[in-house]
Amino acid sequence: MPSRTSRLGQLRPRLRGMLALAPFAIYVALFLVVPTIAVVVGAFQTPAGRFTLSNIAVAAHAPYSNGFVESLELALVTSVVPGILGVFVAYAVHTSRRRLLRRVVFTASGVFANFGGVPLAFLFIATLSATGVATVWLKDLSISLTSRWLFTFPGVALVYMYFQVPLMVLIVTPALNGLRPAWREASENLGARSRQYWRCVGAPVLAPTVLGCTLLLFGFGLSAYATARALTAGTIPLTPIQIGDVMNGNVIAGQQNVGMALGLGLIVVMAIVLVLYTLLQRRASRWLSQ
Amino acid sequence: MVVPVAAADTGLLRGGHPSAGGRSARRSWRDIRAWRGIVLGLTGVFFLLPLYAALRFALENNLGHLTLAAFSAIPHTTGFMPAFLLSVRLAAVTMAITMALMVPTTIYVHVKHPKLRVAFDAITFLPVGVPPIVLVIGVLQSAPFVLKSTPYLLSLEYVILAMPFAYRSLDAGLGAIDPKTLVEASRSLGGGWLSTLWRVIAPNLRSAFLSAMILTLALVFGEFTMASIDLYTTLPVWVVSTDSITAHVSMAVSFLSLALTWVLLLALSSVDRRRFRRRVIIVEGT
Repeated sequence: MPSRTSRLGQLRPRLRGMLALAPFAIYVALFLVVPTIAVVVGAFQTPAGRFTLSNIAVAAHAPYSNGFVESLELALVTSVVPGILGVFVAYAVHTSRRRLLRRVVFTASGVFANFGGVPLAFLFIATLSATGVATVWLKDLSISLTSRWLFTFPGVALVYMYFQVPLMVLIVTPALNGLRPAWREASENLGARSRQYWRCVGAPVLAPTVLGCTLLLFGFGLSAYATARALTAGTIPLTPIQIGDVMNGNVIAGQQNVGMALGLGLIVVMAIVLVLYTLLQRRASRWLSQ
Repeated sequence: MVVPVAAADTGLLRGGHPSAGGRSARRSWRDIRAWRGIVLGLTGVFFLLPLYAALRFALENNLGHLTLAAFSAIPHTTGFMPAFLLSVRLAAVTMAITMALMVPTTIYVHVKHPKLRVAFDAITFLPVGVPPIVLVIGVLQSAPFVLKSTPYLLSLEYVILAMPFAYRSLDAGLGAIDPKTLVEASRSLGGGWLSTLWRVIAPNLRSAFLSAMILTLALVFGEFTMASIDLYTTLPVWVVSTDSITAHVSMAVSFLSLALTWVLLLALSSVDRRRFRRRVIIVEGT
């Protein structure tokens, strides 16, 4: 039986190892975990701190339930469409032999994917608001948009494409690079046509990555706040906007706990998204080692 | 006829691809070119048109004349300077904390506990799962008063928002240099931990540092959600709050913020072209 001292001796290097990670762990705990727990707990409390389910009940009814549905719809549209478009663009660039094109597209994607929020809303106001450049052009083609089209659901969805498509291009490209030319050659040698190659080799190999990236876009679309806020000022009900209204006291004061209940809803959806994403990534790494 | 390779490469000559044999193959190659052109052309229009519109709006005065007045008016517009300086201070604090926290931790994990890398990948990805609008309520609920009364609470949270890509930048940088061997070599030559970090590891991580810093900077200068809920007028909050009189100025600022990010990232990518491509870059400014 090992003596107490030798056991301690084994323990100490491990403890010291953990100690070096302590600042990071404490930081994440204080500024990420504790606030998240505070939201989850607050969702079940009255402003006085008593346990209640009424916040959840309020959050589950109109107008908040509509906001949740609308948010999920917006996230769905702005993840599936850019998901598909992003793969096409990435593939078009991937198959191109022009180096310059690749460089331009990738740096541009890096910029546009990072370019959300307020400035983005302003760019589109200049483009598609009542007197915007594109609105005028479209009018010449006798397509007339209503003056507030940009501030409705399809308008906001279009604006979201501006950062979602580049994001998809960035995160799906490594997977395209992982498609080995040898697989294509092998299938051609076995007599497969292009379509057969894609159906039997390309698509199954890429599917988990594409799905995972689309899920990630869904998460970003769901949690985006600044763009929608700057664009709509609340004309379409979205959960993040509603949370912001509650917190700014635009609704009745003392409703903060309802805001937390709404936040809890978003956290639950995001948790599901992240778990599925992780599973899909694991699946994807079976064939595509990056 | 001899087809010069360069000409075939420009796409002006049809069916010039080396692997294209037979008529049907040649046709399918042409189809691919056609749809690639369409895809890239439409995408290009979609992304450039708003930029053009914003630039025109910023450059045109009410009479329709072109002028740089909106750009030159930026520093003098009411509220711009305080908002800009606040964002600068927040960015400086955020970058300092990010470096102090993430660099030693990431290096330590790589050198001493490579097995923990999987766990770190997951932990540093967590901030993506908590929308900033939700995180900020939790922070305002749980932070002590001392922190709540200062704008630097925002910096403390921006470190969390920046974590997913700051970690990934550093992780990719460290993955490329085999830090374990470097550390062992330096240690066996008598270098202490600090001099190893400073004189061996750090110079090798320069481009990873740079990209982490630029993206943190872009995040702080674009972040609107938390700042507006916490009631501090940072640059993006100021841009939204401007009225119709200063609309040209806010448009000019919006355009400049995009152009500036682009210049910085382009500069970075030419410093570190090979590594840059592989990296996934996400900033939560949305």
